[in-house]
Order: sequence, then C-alpha cells, then structure tokens
Amino acid sequence: MSTDLNTALLNDDVANPVEPFLRTDRMPHIWCPGCGIGTTVNCFARALIESKVDLQSLALVSGIGCTGRVAGYVALDSFHTTHGRAIPFATGLKLANPKLNVVVYSGDGDLAAIGGNHLIHAARRNIDLKVICVNNLIYAMTGGQTAPTTPDHATTSTNPYGTFEPSFNLPHLVEAAGAVYVARWTTFHVRQLARAIGEAFHKKGFSFIEVISPCPTLYQRRNKLGDGLDTMKYYKAKSKVRNGAPTSDVGLTISGEIIVGKFVDRDRPDYQNLMHAQYVDSLGDRFVEPMEAEAVCS
Amino acid sequence: MKADPRGVLTGEHFIDGDHACCEGALAAGARFAAGYPITPSTEVVERFAARVPTVGGTFIQMEDELAASITLQGAVWGGAKAFTVTSGPGFSLMMEHIGYAAMTETPCVFVDVQRGGPSTGLPTLPAQADMMQARWGSHGDYAVIALCPNSPQECFDLTIKAFNLAEEFRVPVMFMMDEVVGHMTEKVVIPPADQIEVTPRKHTKKSVEEFEPYNTNGDMVPEIAHAGEGYKFHVTGLTHDERGYPNMTPQTQDRLVRRLQNKITSAADRIAMFEEADLNDADVVVVSYGITSRVAQRAIDTAREQGLKVGKLRLITAWPFPEKKIRELAGRVKAFVVPELNLGQMALEVERAAGGQAKTFSLTHAGGSVHHPEDILKVIVEASR
Ligand SMILES: Cc1ncc(C[n+]2csc(CCOP(=O)(O)OP(=O)(O)O)c2C)c(N)n1
Ligand code: SF4
Ligand SMILES: [Mg+2]
Repeated sequence: MSTDLNTALLNDDVANPVEPFLRTDRMPHIWCPGCGIGTTVNCFARALIESKVDLQSLALVSGIGCTGRVAGYVALDSFHTTHGRAIPFATGLKLANPKLNVVVYSGDGDLAAIGGNHLIHAARRNIDLKVICVNNLIYAMTGGQTAPTTPDHATTSTNPYGTFEPSFNLPHLVEAAGAVYVARWTTFHVRQLARAIGEAFHKKGFSFIEVISPCPTLYQRRNKLGDGLDTMKYYKAKSKVRNGAPTSDVGLTISGEIIVGKFVDRDRPDYQNLMHAQYVDSLGDRFVEPMEAEAVCS
Repeated sequence: MKADPRGVLTGEHFIDGDHACCEGALAAGARFAAGYPITPSTEVVERFAARVPTVGGTFIQMEDELAASITLQGAVWGGAKAFTVTSGPGFSLMMEHIGYAAMTETPCVFVDVQRGGPSTGLPTLPAQADMMQARWGSHGDYAVIALCPNSPQECFDLTIKAFNLAEEFRVPVMFMMDEVVGHMTEKVVIPPADQIEVTPRKHTKKSVEEFEPYNTNGDMVPEIAHAGEGYKFHVTGLTHDERGYPNMTPQTQDRLVRRLQNKITSAADRIAMFEEADLNDADVVVVSYGITSRVAQRAIDTAREQGLKVGKLRLITAWPFPEKKIRELAGRVKAFVVPELNLGQMALEVERAAGGQAKTFSLTHAGGSVHHPEDILKVIVEASR
C-alpha cells in the first residue's frame, strides 16, 4: 500500500478511498460505536484496492447476523442469504459461473454453528471460496447468546452463570477439514488483515480468514472487558504473531494470548479442477464443458 | 425460445417417472442440480448426475437438503436453470429456502416425490400428504405454483412446464410427484428439441445505471440480472424496496408481500391446468390428482357404466388452486368426491371453493398404497343420491 493511501485511510478529512467500494446511499450503517465489523470492511476494501481484483466478477455472500449485513453495504453483486447458508449459496454461485470470484463474509455463529456442516464440507471439497469470518465470540445480532466460539466461562445471555461448553478453535477445524489457506488476525491488525485478504484472492481453493473482532455492546461489556478501545489495547498487548503455528495451538481464551498469523498456505486441486479432471478421464470426448449463463436468456 | 438440442433425448423411451422428470429438466434447460439422496426421489438426480456432464452442466451432492435447496439458488443467480429433488423429510428441511426463493424471486424448481409421512413414515410407499406443505410450508405470506403429474409422460412434459412457469413468474415451482408415479414405468415420447418451447430468463436489457433489481416497471414480475455482469445489485431475504435494499417498514412490507402473492393469484386462471371429462351432464364430479386420478378413472368408468352421471376433474395445477372452475361447477352439480392419499388436504380447498353450493365428500387414505376403485365408486354412488 502506498503511504498516501495509508494516510488517507487514517485521515477523516480526506475523501475516504474505500468509499467507491461501499453503497454510500445505504449509510449510516447499523453497527454500534466500537464495533469491529466496520473495521474489517475497511480492510476488505483496502484489499480490493491493493490486489486490483476485478470488481465486476467479484460477488459477496453473507449469512445472517451483524456481520451478515456486510453484503448490504458493499458495492458489489451481493447476496444476503439465510442463517448459516452463505457457503452453500456461494457454492452454487461459483459452480454455475466459475469466472466469479466469490467471497463469503459472515459471523462466527453463522459459519460455525448453524452453518458448521457446510463449512467443513466446503473445506473438504476445496470449493474456491474466500471465507471471511468475523469472530466476535458471540451471537451478536440476537442479543449476545452463547456461540460455539464463546471462550471459557464467559457470560452470555443464555449462559448467565458463565459458559461451560468447550469452544471451537476455528483455524484448527478448517485446516483439518481441508482449507488451503488459513489465517487469523484481529481488528487491531488492519494492515495484516488487508494483506491476508489480498493473498486469499490469489489463492485457488477454500480460504479461511478469521478476524477476532469486538462486540463491545454484548460481549465485552457483559464480561467487564471494557469498550472498543480497551479491546484494541487487549488485542495489541496479547496478540502474538506466529505464522505457521500449528493450528492445534491457537485456541482462544477469554483474556489470554491471541495467536495470530498465517497458519496454513498449501495447494491442492480445487473442486472444479477435480470435477473437470474426473469427467475428462471417465467420459473422454463425451464430456461437454458447462454451459455459460447467456444460454438461459433469449 | 426452443430447447437446446443437447439436452433433449428425442425418441420413444420406456422409463419411469423419476427418469422422465430428469429428462424434462434437461429438456427445459436445467444445467444445475443440487441434491441429497432420499427414497423415492433419488433416481432423478442419479440420472441427472450421469447425463449432465455430457450436455454441459453440473450436479453436486450436498451435505444435506438445507444446503441443496440454497446451493441451487446460488446457481440461478450465477446464470443457470437449477432444481433440487427430494421427498418428505428432505422437503421439510427445504422450507426455509422455498421462502427465500419466493422472497428473492429466484426462479427454480423443487421436485418432491411424495412418500408416506409424517417424519420418516413410509420411505418406499406413496402418499400425497405434502400438498398443503407445498403451498404453506415456509413461514410468512407468499405464493408458489405446484404441479401434479400422473404419468411418466407428464413427469417429462410438466417438468418443462414447471421450469417455464418458474422463469415466467420468478417463483419456486413445486413439482409434486408421488412414489407410484415416480417409480411407474411407461412409454415416454420426447419430441425433437425444435418442438419444445422453453421460457427464457426474464433478463434485463437495462443499463447498469437504469437497472433496479426489484423494480417491476409496472409489471408484476421484475427483470433479473446475474452476478458478474456489472450490475452490482443486492439480493436479500429481508423486506426490500425496488433497489433490493432492506427497508423494514410496514409500507414496503405491504407492497412487496402483496405483489409476491398477487403476481400468482392474478394470473391463476392462466396458470391453472386441469383435465376434464363428462362435466356437462354431471351430478357428481370426482376431483383428483397424481396417481389417485388413475385409480379414480376406473371408478368413474364403472359408475358411468352403471348409468351414474359422474364427471372428472383432474387437477394438474394444485396451486394456484383452480378455484373458479370449482365454483362454476358447484353451481350446477350435487357433489364433489375428492379421493387423495392424505387425510383430506385438497378436499378442504374444494369445499372452500364450492362455498356450500355443492357437497364435498373427502375420501381419505393415510398412504402406503392407493385407493381401491371400489371404495371410490361407493362414495360416488352415495354422493349421487
Ligand atoms: C434459521 C434461523 N435461526 C435463527 C436466526 C436468528 N439469528 C439471527 S443472527 C443469529 C446469530 C448470529 O451470530 P453470528 O453469526 O456470530 O453473527 P454476529 O451477529 O455475531 O455478527 C441468529 C441466531 C435466524 N435468523 N435464522
Ligand atoms: S451488537 Fe456487537 S457485533 Fe452487532 S453491531 Fe453492535 S457491537 Fe457490532
Ligand atoms: Mg458473532
């Protein structure tokens, strides 16, 4: 990124360079002061600028939740689907038009609880999707209930005496399921996050970026962890960059260390490559390449 | 437009209803299916999985029906004609996404090869007990179209029709087969591609600046764009305005939800398909659909031989319900006899449309086999009195 752009991004007086990527006619957004979701969107937009991806062929798919609202704010072909089903929707979109670059942008509850089955199967199939998971450790949209990511003994509206269920370590889960790119950053790490998103754009296969993000309204406050700013200080103090860390070591606790970095970057053939190779191998000349979209219109 | 010849297996075939449905989908231009195996519907996607890579398209077996029913919608917005196929338990799982298709006006087809329920019920045996679910299964107010084939030939012909209606009205169309029709093998004639009319997608010709994804421009059905074409449009299951933006006011809700219903109800007469015989002098009309219509035919023939004035009305469209036809008949016949493989679902509609002008005899059957024609005959006799 150029220094100019950096300055511009950090300086409110200058026209915001990410604005062209947003539906400004939908502002103001619904997110609370101190919420981390907007920061992730800013990083996403920076990644679009830097990686120069073709915006026309970029589609964004969200599920339901505070994070799910991202689809409504980006100036892209964008789909706000149903709770948990962003990944299968994105799968259909990508398979029907392989030229699309498909991003899934959703929350931890959406992707790992109700959508958990789709998450692991899409990783297993290695569908060429870039998944950005905003992990605020809670079901925010519905008022702060326990998520499968809520760490040890945190208080939530459905575990008012503290949670006791073990939580998911998402990088470990998706690596085991087959993801080719797995990274975690926090909303404090804006440059690293933008860079990671850019890297994922150039990766073929199932890429997963977890962004640890504050929900001051429902998670931090209820757990006496301060406000958005306090959370940034916590992220700064307790994050350790460990690229290549074994994902089994990166589980989260309520106030402990947060291991961040790029954990997995590997190559294996993606679903469409595998499908193509199999058909060519089995069918030979009888195989016909999938039809293009124009064919359904007169 | 005419069918793409690559998908059309022109000729005479001896195939079952499930296979014929698959051929109908291919002839209609469906090049994408997402499914999850379930008896007695699986043969549709098994055939599709074998056929589609040779005609240019994709089949994916998803991890469950929740996935299948939304994957296909992603494919539609990516530019494909797409469908899924299931039976009872899977159909139940798909309900949220039938609502999503209705709300986002995603043209697509859901095939339900009905088996006995509730729950796992009778996996290998027939029923027609999802008829109300097909109409009302997802939450909220919306409208769908549902077709009921009664032979493998109709599984072919009406699957094409289902895709065409889905495109014309931008609705999810329910294709309500039953286990017997799905597994019965008969002659199916597939015409040449140039004799098959397929409805093209209502794709916009507007410029990027002009296009609003849910502006109907005075029509009932908006034009569509696909992802990747530069329109940068938004689609949401939230209540939305003409721009496709969330707008959760009672006014927008009222405008949207009424239009979603009215686009179907206002065209009900045009959509409604039925087969009728001997209605002119009828005292009693047997109203049936799917496999039950074939059993009922025997009862009707026998009744006629016995001199009873009985007519036949076979529903091909169950939804929108051919209300006008029933109302018109109710003014001049004594009674309707409605046999169906459920505890009286469409009979309620007949009764409602008849508005007390003619009696309705609901001839129920919990599923697992078909009615005995004798039992239908008995009710015809009783109704004729
Ligand atoms: C089928 C279904 N079940 C439940 C809900 C209610 N719901 C909406 S958002 C949400 C949780 C969202 O949590 P998460 O994905 O972590 O997103 P966040 O709001 O935290 O960004 C739930 C349970 C729903 N919309 N649909
Ligand atoms: S509730 Fe939490 S996650 Fe939702 S907008 Fe507010 S701070 Fe953000
Ligand atoms: Mg969350």
